[in-house]
Amino acid sequence: MNALVHMAETEVPQNPLVPPIPELVIGLIAFAIVFFFLWKKLLPSINKVLEERREAIEGGIEKAEAAQQEAADVLQQYKDQLAEARHEAARLRAEAQEQGAALIAEMRAEGQRQREEIIAAGHAQIEADRKQAAHTLRQDVGKLATDLAGKLVGESLEDHARQSRVIDRFLDGLEEAAEADASGAAR
Amino acid sequence: MQKEPAVSADQMLAFETDCHLFSGCGFEAPGLHSFVFEPMFSIGGFDFNKPILLALVGTFAIVAFFWAAFSKPKLVPGKLQMIGEAGYDFIRRGVVYETIGKKEGEKYVPLVVALFFFVWVMNLWSVIPLAQFPVTSIFSIPLGLALLVYLVWVPLTFKRHGFVGAFKNFTGYDPSLPGGVRPLVMVIEFFSNLLVRPFTHAVRLFANMFAGHMLLVLFTIATWYMLNGIGIAYSAVSFVMTIVMVAFELFIQLIQAYVFVLLTCTYIQGALVEEH
Repeated sequence: MNALVHMAETEVPQNPLVPPIPELVIGLIAFAIVFFFLWKKLLPSINKVLEERREAIEGGIEKAEAAQQEAADVLQQYKDQLAEARHEAARLRAEAQEQGAALIAEMRAEGQRQREEIIAAGHAQIEADRKQAAHTLRQDVGKLATDLAGKLVGESLEDHARQSRVIDRFLDGLEEAAEADASGAAR
Repeated sequence: MQKEPAVSADQMLAFETDCHLFSGCGFEAPGLHSFVFEPMFSIGGFDFNKPILLALVGTFAIVAFFWAAFSKPKLVPGKLQMIGEAGYDFIRRGVVYETIGKKEGEKYVPLVVALFFFVWVMNLWSVIPLAQFPVTSIFSIPLGLALLVYLVWVPLTFKRHGFVGAFKNFTGYDPSLPGGVRPLVMVIEFFSNLLVRPFTHAVRLFANMFAGHMLLVLFTIATWYMLNGIGIAYSAVSFVMTIVMVAFELFIQLIQAYVFVLLTCTYIQGALVEEH
C-alpha cells in the first residue's frame, strides 16, 4: 500500500476551513451539555459553598470583633463606674464636711445658749440671795436698832406689832430718802 | 466505500504502520488527510468518526469531573473539589472579573468557565495516548464556539446601546478624528469587528491546534518510519522532538484555551463599554 492509494481512500482532502455541518452541530451540542451542567447545577452549588466559606471566615472575624467590642464596652463601663464612684465619694466627703460644719455651728450655738442660761440663772440666784440678805439684814438691823433704842430709852418697845410698824416706817423712810437721792442724782 | 466492522487503523491512525526507511517505501508526510477519519459507523447521512467520539467522551469527562468536584461541595474541600475550585476561581477572577468586572461579569461566568474547560479538554486530547487528536483542530468546533460567542456579544451591544449606539460601537466612531479619515476608520473597524473578528477568533484556536497536531504527527511518523537500520539514530532524534513537542503542546493547549476565553471576555466587555 502506498501513499497515493491511501490518499484516494481517504476521500477528498477537503479545505480544512470549510466546516462540515454535522460536526459543527455535534460540537455545539457537546458544549451545550457542558455549559448546561455547569450553569444550572454545578457552579451554583460550588458558589453556595464558596459563599458559605467566605461567611464562615468573615463570621469568625466578626465574632472576634464583637468580642473585642464587648471587652471595650466593659472597660468603658468599668471606667464610668469608677469615675462615678469617685464622684460619689467626693460628693459624700463634701456633704460630710458640710454636715460637720453645721453640727459644729449648731453645737456652738447650743453652748452659747446654755452659757447664757447659766449666766441668767446665776444672776437670778444672786438677785434672790441679795434680796434674802437684804431682807434678813433689814430684820436684823431693825431688831438691833430696837434693842439699842430700848436700851437707850428704857421704854419697852417689845410689843411686836408696834415695833415692826415703827421699824418699817423708819426703813421705808430711809429707802425713800435713798431713792430720792438716787433719782435726784440720776436726774 | 468499504465499511469495516471494527475500529481499524484507518479510523484511528493518521499513517500506514508497515512502512519504513530503506524498505522501498516513501515517507508519507502528514497533511490534510491526517485530519480526515474514516467513519466508525454512519447514521443516515451522518458519519460518526474519531473526532466526534473524542468530543463526546471529552464532554462526558468534563461533566463527570465537575460533578465529582462540585455536586456535593464541602466547606472544607476535598482534593478534587480543591482542584476544581482552583480552576474555577482562576477563570472567574483571573479572566472574567479582570476584564468585564465583578458586577457586569458575574452573569457570564458560567459561559466563560464552560468555554475554557471545553476548549482545554478538546485541546488536551492531542496528547492523551490512544486519542492523540485535538478535537479543536476540526474547524467546526472552534467555529461553532466562536459563533456562539458572536451571538452573545453582538445582540448585547444592540441591547446596551440601541441601534445607533451599537453602530457607533462597531465602527469605533470617534468624533475627534479628522473628517476625511473618519469614514475610512469606520469602514475598517466595521469589517474588523463584525466580520473578521469571529473568523479570527475561531481560526486562532483552530490553526494552533492544527499546526501542533501536524508537528506531533510529523515527528511521530518520522520516528516510526526511520526505525530501520542506521535510521535508528535519526529516529531517536525525532523521538526526542516528539517528547519536546508534546510538552510544548501541553503549554500551547492551555494558552490557547486561555486566549479563547480572554478574547470572549474582551468582546463582551467591548459590547458593554460606554461610548466615548
